[in-house]
Amino acid sequence: MLEIKNLHAKVAEEDTEILKGLDLTVSAGEVHAIMGPNGSGKSTLSNVLAGKEDYEVTDGEVLYKGEDLLELEPDERAAAGVFMAFQYPVEIPGVATMTFLKAALNAQRKARDEDELSTPEFMRLVKEASTKLNVSQEMLRRPLNVGFSGGEKKRNEIMQMALLQPSLCILDETDSGLDIDALRIVADGVNQLRGGDRGIVVITHYQRLLDYIVPDVVHVMSRGRIVRSGGKELALELEKSGYAAYSEEDKAA
Amino acid sequence: MPAVQETIEQVRSIDVDKYKYGFTTEIETEKPEKGLSEDIIRYISARKEEPEWMLEWRLDAYKRWLTMTEPGWAKVEYPKIDFQDIYYYAAPKGQDAPKSLDEVDPELLLTYEKLGIPLKEQEVLAGVQGARVAVDAVFDSVSVVTTFKDELAKHGIIFCSISEAMRDHPDLVKKYLGSVVPVTDNYYATLNSAVFSDGSFVYIPKGVRCPMELSTYFRINEMDTGQFERTLIIADEGSYVSYLEGCTAPMRDTNQLHAAVVELIALDDAEIKYSTVQNWYPGDKDGKGGIYNFVTKRGDCRGKNSKISWTQVETGSAITWKYPSCILRGDNSRGEFYSIAISNGRQQIDSGTKMVHLGKNTSSRIISKGIAAGHSDNTYRGLVSAHAKAANARNFTQCDSLLIGHKCGAHTVPYIEAKTATAVFEHEATTSKISDDQMFYCLSRGLGEEEAVALIVNGFVRDVIQHLPMEFMVETQKLIGISLEGSVG
Repeated sequence: MLEIKNLHAKVAEEDTEILKGLDLTVSAGEVHAIMGPNGSGKSTLSNVLAGKEDYEVTDGEVLYKGEDLLELEPDERAAAGVFMAFQYPVEIPGVATMTFLKAALNAQRKARDEDELSTPEFMRLVKEASTKLNVSQEMLRRPLNVGFSGGEKKRNEIMQMALLQPSLCILDETDSGLDIDALRIVADGVNQLRGGDRGIVVITHYQRLLDYIVPDVVHVMSRGRIVRSGGKELALELEKSGYAAYSEEDKAA
Repeated sequence: MPAVQETIEQVRSIDVDKYKYGFTTEIETEKPEKGLSEDIIRYISARKEEPEWMLEWRLDAYKRWLTMTEPGWAKVEYPKIDFQDIYYYAAPKGQDAPKSLDEVDPELLLTYEKLGIPLKEQEVLAGVQGARVAVDAVFDSVSVVTTFKDELAKHGIIFCSISEAMRDHPDLVKKYLGSVVPVTDNYYATLNSAVFSDGSFVYIPKGVRCPMELSTYFRINEMDTGQFERTLIIADEGSYVSYLEGCTAPMRDTNQLHAAVVELIALDDAEIKYSTVQNWYPGDKDGKGGIYNFVTKRGDCRGKNSKISWTQVETGSAITWKYPSCILRGDNSRGEFYSIAISNGRQQIDSGTKMVHLGKNTSSRIISKGIAAGHSDNTYRGLVSAHAKAANARNFTQCDSLLIGHKCGAHTVPYIEAKTATAVFEHEATTSKISDDQMFYCLSRGLGEEEAVALIVNGFVRDVIQHLPMEFMVETQKLIGISLEGSVG
């Protein structure tokens, strides 16, 4: 599904490398968690995968379903089935959430040479997705993310994910700013999307989210690389001991 | 489903040649020599078989125009116009006064068909989407046909070309022409008064609610020809009319002048809703060619409780100089101005409104959305004033500008004058950019760059789009997509 080999990346027009030879392989149907302290390069990784312009890949490669992902424009990545749930979803004033969803879904379908959905078909899909994520009709009519609470924004992200049915999902700090109820709703939404051929990468600072979305593999990221990988128990271990050990270990190395 | 939701489909479903109205109609034209003189004015007046008083009116305007100078206060730049290098009259041969559609040159009918303007009543009636619109089609200097006249006449409504009105309804024309925009109002209005060729005339009698939308479709076809149309709309006591105006021109690499005057009069308890989609040829991306659109539009809320509402979508023209205004003379009268002005390439727009509060308890509302892309310049210029006797005058103004890219400019120039302490004027203004984050978010959901811009801009102008009649809503959403092509990347 996703193979990252020796990935080096930096912010464009800056010298400091942030990703320094990162390796990661996610197979179809797996949920991977990437944990790490602030500044370890987690956000850079998600931005590079989504194709944000401000980042520059200096070495290494990223293969998605065997193809070079870095060659694709962000909208092409989306159409190919890569979805990023943003840490800070942006507001688009005047554009109803529903309008945005329809535009996005049909743009992706068009890029894949599929017919656009009729309005009733679209409404049925939205209803299905929104009910799962506890997103009300009223919220769908409001302008995208404008005046949404932190929890509403994140629910909206996962609802888009449910609607767009991507093959690879990247969740960037989806738990940040969520209270426990919102966390549960979001996690339920993600869990319903698990399985089949879908790969999910959960990027998080805290172990808390992983109580609800139990990962198949946990990776620890530090200073731009994956420094340790293991099963779900690794997350619990981190919860106890914190990241200090990894920083030290890394320094020593 | 609100039309806004259909935006992207609309934007997508159109063919995206930059300016799709840029074709030329091959038709034989009669026109006098280039240049402006008393002789030309006499020629125009004679061609239109005008009464003597009309000729006098024109000649008087011409004499006054000769003493005036071009205004220079607008934030637009262009080479000096040579007024002797323009044709002031151009008429498709044999089209002076066609009696019915059968007499209209098929080439002309084809032109309007290409433009998507229905002129055959039976086709309009058979149209899938019920909405009927009566059309006055003005081609260069003449009105070629006006539809639904008979049906409107049953309600006592007069809808015809202004040339016809001068002959058939001289009393109404005499009484109201120049009563809102005086002959000497400004340089271009005075020029228009001297040489105006055709335009529409509407009279809605007392208590009548016009049963369909009325519209005029202006088309400039001839090269180096100015279009000087004149529109006069009178809504008598307690009446209502919604009027639409559309305009296009072929792509020419020389500039063409369009200097129109529109006068609206609303008597007691009457309401006029005037909507424009201005899509004159804007010139190419380097600023070659395009229409100079120097237009004076003004409505007079002459009666108590009257209302005039202007809605404009400005996407075309190389230069736009236009301030649809309301004189709020009647007590409790209300004026509204909703505007979307989009500039791209090298376009320059200086547009806005004037709300002049004269009567008691008058209120006005201004919502202006300017979108600047490319190397364009987009200025909102607006005046809100209250006379000493305009007790309790109220105004709310909101001016929002959106910038796309780094080489365009947006400016807001509000003038506020209150001579009564009871006036309450509110002004809000914002300037924003489409942020990289907004774009990235849209792209990472699968939208293409231009789709993303069109979507964000449609969101930005939503408050105004809602005030457009259905027919124009869809067209506007398409236009926004087209106008902003090439604005990203």
